[in-house]
Amino acid sequence: MYKYDHYDQAMVDARVEEFRDQVRRRIEGHLTEDQFKSLRLMNGLYLQLHAYMLRVAVPYGTLSSAQMRALADIADKYDRGYGHFTTRQNIQYNWIKLEEAPDILADLAKVEMHAIQTSGNCIRNISSDQYAGAAADEEVDPRPYAELLRQWSTFHPEFLTLPRKFKICVIASEQDRAAMRLHDIGIRILRNEAGELGARFYVGGGMGRTPMIAPVIRDFVPLDQLITYSEACLRVYNRYGRRDNKFKARIKILVHEMGADEYTRQVEEEFAHLLSQGIEPPTAELERIRTYFQDPAFEHGALDALDRSDPDFALWVDRNTMAHKQAGYINATISLKPVGGIPGDASADQMRLMADLAERYSFDELRVTHAQNIVLPHVRKADLYEVWKQLDQAGLGTANIDQIDDIIACPGLDYCSLANARSIPVAQKISQRFAAGGKADALGELKLKISGCINACGHHHAGHIGILGVDRKGKENYQLLLGGSEAEDTSLGKITGPGFDEDGIVDAIERATDVYLRERGEGERFLDTYRRIGMEPFKEAIYG
Amino acid sequence: MAEVLPLPSEGAGSGDHVQFRFRDDEPLMDPAVTVDAFIDQTNATAVRVEPGDDARKLLPHLGRIGLVEVNFPAFTDGRGYSVARILREAGYAGELRAVGDVLIDQLSQMKRCGFDAFAPDKPLDETDAKAAFDRWPHVYQPAADARVPIWNLRHGRNQEQNG
Repeated sequence: MYKYDHYDQAMVDARVEEFRDQVRRRIEGHLTEDQFKSLRLMNGLYLQLHAYMLRVAVPYGTLSSAQMRALADIADKYDRGYGHFTTRQNIQYNWIKLEEAPDILADLAKVEMHAIQTSGNCIRNISSDQYAGAAADEEVDPRPYAELLRQWSTFHPEFLTLPRKFKICVIASEQDRAAMRLHDIGIRILRNEAGELGARFYVGGGMGRTPMIAPVIRDFVPLDQLITYSEACLRVYNRYGRRDNKFKARIKILVHEMGADEYTRQVEEEFAHLLSQGIEPPTAELERIRTYFQDPAFEHGALDALDRSDPDFALWVDRNTMAHKQAGYINATISLKPVGGIPGDASADQMRLMADLAERYSFDELRVTHAQNIVLPHVRKADLYEVWKQLDQAGLGTANIDQIDDIIACPGLDYCSLANARSIPVAQKISQRFAAGGKADALGELKLKISGCINACGHHHAGHIGILGVDRKGKENYQLLLGGSEAEDTSLGKITGPGFDEDGIVDAIERATDVYLRERGEGERFLDTYRRIGMEPFKEAIYG
Repeated sequence: MAEVLPLPSEGAGSGDHVQFRFRDDEPLMDPAVTVDAFIDQTNATAVRVEPGDDARKLLPHLGRIGLVEVNFPAFTDGRGYSVARILREAGYAGELRAVGDVLIDQLSQMKRCGFDAFAPDKPLDETDAKAAFDRWPHVYQPAADARVPIWNLRHGRNQEQNG
């Protein structure tokens, strides 16, 4: 994985000093809260309901075991012994003291980590496929391009005060495991007919209160123009994105109002101009970055079979593993969704165990998934049983990836000052209801996502089943959506009808899943059945 | 970095007090007019760009511009950064002055985008401002200043870029 050189280290060290100075000026009264707010946000520090929350960047979701251990230490030292992995492959801590935040950043800098641009109206952490460099179906490892974009976007002087936040995702497979088309810019690395690698640009996707699927604006950008093209996309947005209304300020609104064709025309014009400016990094830099993402020293001829004699292990293998590009190896996903748990939370001890397992069995690498789980990307099949046993003993052996109880949920009203309703208790109740009696297993792949307000941090628009918490006359109310998908078949869910209270929503979901079990055809997932039979049968069952 | 040249307040072009200036030439005393007025008045030499203005309208007239003021009515509105880079990319070499809600923590990014004079609404602490201008040991990407990006330094390309 990528390692800092003295330049990268000098930049994060300078950032720690800058933030320490900003905190000092705030405490001494030289900065107003409004002025300080935008500065602390660009260091990932939010003021939540009960305390400050700090969001730490995990670039393209990749962590070393030393980094995971440092995250565990921060949880113990500055928080309450746990952390929360997020839908943008980051981690956040919920109980932070402002005056300690500079020290946390200093601790992070020691393991080549930071909280730079994890919030604020700037280019955020670049996300990617959690199986990058390990997936059997990828064209190339997308992370070198994500790393190049990370460097380009870090403290980019023109783009630190955009109309609104800006999220970029890079993948390199046809299968989309990163919700690529629901980003401000989604990039898919692929080959053209001549066999050359390039980048397909999708611009103007997003969730929030106005969900949109990003249209393609350029089929193929040569990789030695990747940064220049990105700069053109951002400049047009910075100049013309709406600033009169915070809720219409994302690039999706600009692309929608201007039209994808006109936006594309302007980007191409800016791109032609910027090509003359020589802003592209030298190709040697991309080559340098690529050397950090070479395959680990796989054992060739490693045993390419699993002993499935333990039925609990066999079930976990079926649910939680993904084919690896290297024979004899496998991607193993650690579920952070135990029955009745808080989705995405891990204790410091669990983080340390995951770090130990990564160090010993996965070439020192871990990945954070946008579904708030952790991947050990390079496990020898021969070691998998031992890995699973250790996970299981630590409460990390839940076999439920992409099932109804593998819920994406935002922190909701338990933590978040924007939320209208709680997400966590609803997730817990659904998980308990469906895990009981093996119903979750019977339903197969069914992605359920919960947001506690219309900002959609819990990706409810993109859930096969989505839940949106709203405030209805002072009471928490939950709307139900069906038919969303964040995968390569991207679609947006539709609201079934009137909302429910906390128990009512769980019952409604059960009725919807009963329709699926009754109507499903051979090999159909919930989403496939919904797409085939439409909303009506579900509505009848839910409200009839 | 060029020396910061302190200026008497009456030296500021059109009433804005220039607190920091990274130029050796004499400041222009002409009043800055709006972009539309500037295009109409062929004898105007100073122009004030508001956030919604299209800076590219000025490109045919660069030869007669001696001062561009870019207004930041609120520090959160970042359009002025693109204005500055567009003018510098087109070869504008005159004074480029950030005016309005100009704060300590934006000085460095403004300078990188091509601003060489700063006229904040409220005077900034000199020590904190100096620290802010000198904050970054390196830069990751090229902009309108002369700094060589890290990705060039890594590969022995230490010369300034065109951009």
